[in-house]
Amino acid sequence: MTAKEYAKILPQPTPVDAPFWEAANKNELRLQRCFDCGHVWYPPSNGCSNCLSTDFTWEKMSGKGKIWSWVIFHKCYFPSFEADIPYNVISVKLEEGPLLTSNMVSCKNEDLICD
Amino acid sequence: MAISSDMKQFKDKVAVVGVGNTCDGPLYRTKEPLRTSYGLGLEAFKNALEDSGLSKKDIDGLAICRIPSYVKMSTMLGLQFPNWLGVYEGSGRMAGAALQGAAMAIYSGMADYVAIIYGNDGRSVGATYGGEAKRALDSFNAPYGMTSPGASHALMWQRYMHEYNTSEETLGRVAISFRKYASLNSDAVMREPMTMEDYLNVRYIVYPLRRYDYCLINDGGCAMILTGAERAKDCKKPPVYIMGTAQRSELTEYYHNENYFWDSMEPVRDRVFDMAGVGSGDIDVLEIYDNFLTNIIFSLDGFGFTPKGEAGHWINEGHHELGGSLPINTHGAHSSCSYMQGHGHQIEAVRQARGECGPRQSPKHELVQYICSAPITTSHIFHT
Repeated sequence: MTAKEYAKILPQPTPVDAPFWEAANKNELRLQRCFDCGHVWYPPSNGCSNCLSTDFTWEKMSGKGKIWSWVIFHKCYFPSFEADIPYNVISVKLEEGPLLTSNMVSCKNEDLICD
Repeated sequence: MAISSDMKQFKDKVAVVGVGNTCDGPLYRTKEPLRTSYGLGLEAFKNALEDSGLSKKDIDGLAICRIPSYVKMSTMLGLQFPNWLGVYEGSGRMAGAALQGAAMAIYSGMADYVAIIYGNDGRSVGATYGGEAKRALDSFNAPYGMTSPGASHALMWQRYMHEYNTSEETLGRVAISFRKYASLNSDAVMREPMTMEDYLNVRYIVYPLRRYDYCLINDGGCAMILTGAERAKDCKKPPVYIMGTAQRSELTEYYHNENYFWDSMEPVRDRVFDMAGVGSGDIDVLEIYDNFLTNIIFSLDGFGFTPKGEAGHWINEGHHELGGSLPINTHGAHSSCSYMQGHGHQIEAVRQARGECGPRQSPKHELVQYICSAPITTSHIFHT
């Protein structure tokens, strides 16, 4: 499926977060890691929320994390998601620290549990 | 951490001398092209002036809340020369902050009589608090279908139930109690009795939260008038003093929070009780911000009324109900009375302290506390 055929909401990359989306396009989860203090943060931004450094690398994450929580949307807030109702949203605590929003695509909604 | 002596001196120096609101039940049942947030704020302000015995020309400070243009509002009111002006966006976290701003303006001497004016035409304009165009620009949530503070609270509640073995019926007890209070409040929007069966059968919005766990979306206005303690004695009714007040934010790009907002609630709890010189056991009535009923649970734990994870059991014992040991949200709350983003709760706290709430009045009302959880956690303790 091309981006033109995908009917739902697409991200709108900015210069600051473009590397995140470029990596995602290659199936990689890359976040910023501070060169000076090692802190990892998400969502992407201009600088380190720990030490304010603007020296960072876009590091490939381990891909490991736990489901901190999950919900099921019954109300349709976005018309393009109507066909997916009821759909799940999960909040994942990455091993590296940040909390990430996503969807669990590989299981039924009723099989979700908090980790 | 103990508060500073400066903060201790602030205790009882500022009082609420007037409160006013619109009658939101009838407003909910009608539509009117002339209804705007400006007009709703104006009506509430007139009611607050009448309540205080002051005249418009006494007001020399303004806090304009949610109403889109403070310039247009001031011009309409003919109050174009405030000595102090605070402008607060239309989010619930701001009600407590606006009251604190107004109180600090008075305490500093910048203004003598400050009016806090709030107007909300949310229902008339079709507000949904989720899925807005701006959300579609939120690249890290919208592509996953994630939106709305309600969904964030649903995430937190799912986690809380997992960690602390609480059940969905607990929120039902809260919803039913708030509806009971609203049935005794002629201003309230939803006054029909609610049973547990009604509650459990209503549709989910974002599982595990149901429609009755969410605040209303309705039109209305609220206003309060504050002044210094000495001047307050000359107003129409007994002053309601701000005995304690505190604020602490907990700011992240996500609305949901892994620690249920306790990292800001605990310092605010310590500071507000320290300033007032009382503890949670001394509080007679609670007005707790309920954007969602989950915040009642998180706030009871965070402010030390219950040990962590125990608020659900406390609710199941009915202490929050009419006639219980610690009534909560005696006007019927955001979920049954009116969603005035905390301003209604602050007004109800003042009325309970005064003892003027009629059938929903708590017999014990010496100390009344307002609590609003994060992202800007605020709390005030009121007394006459």
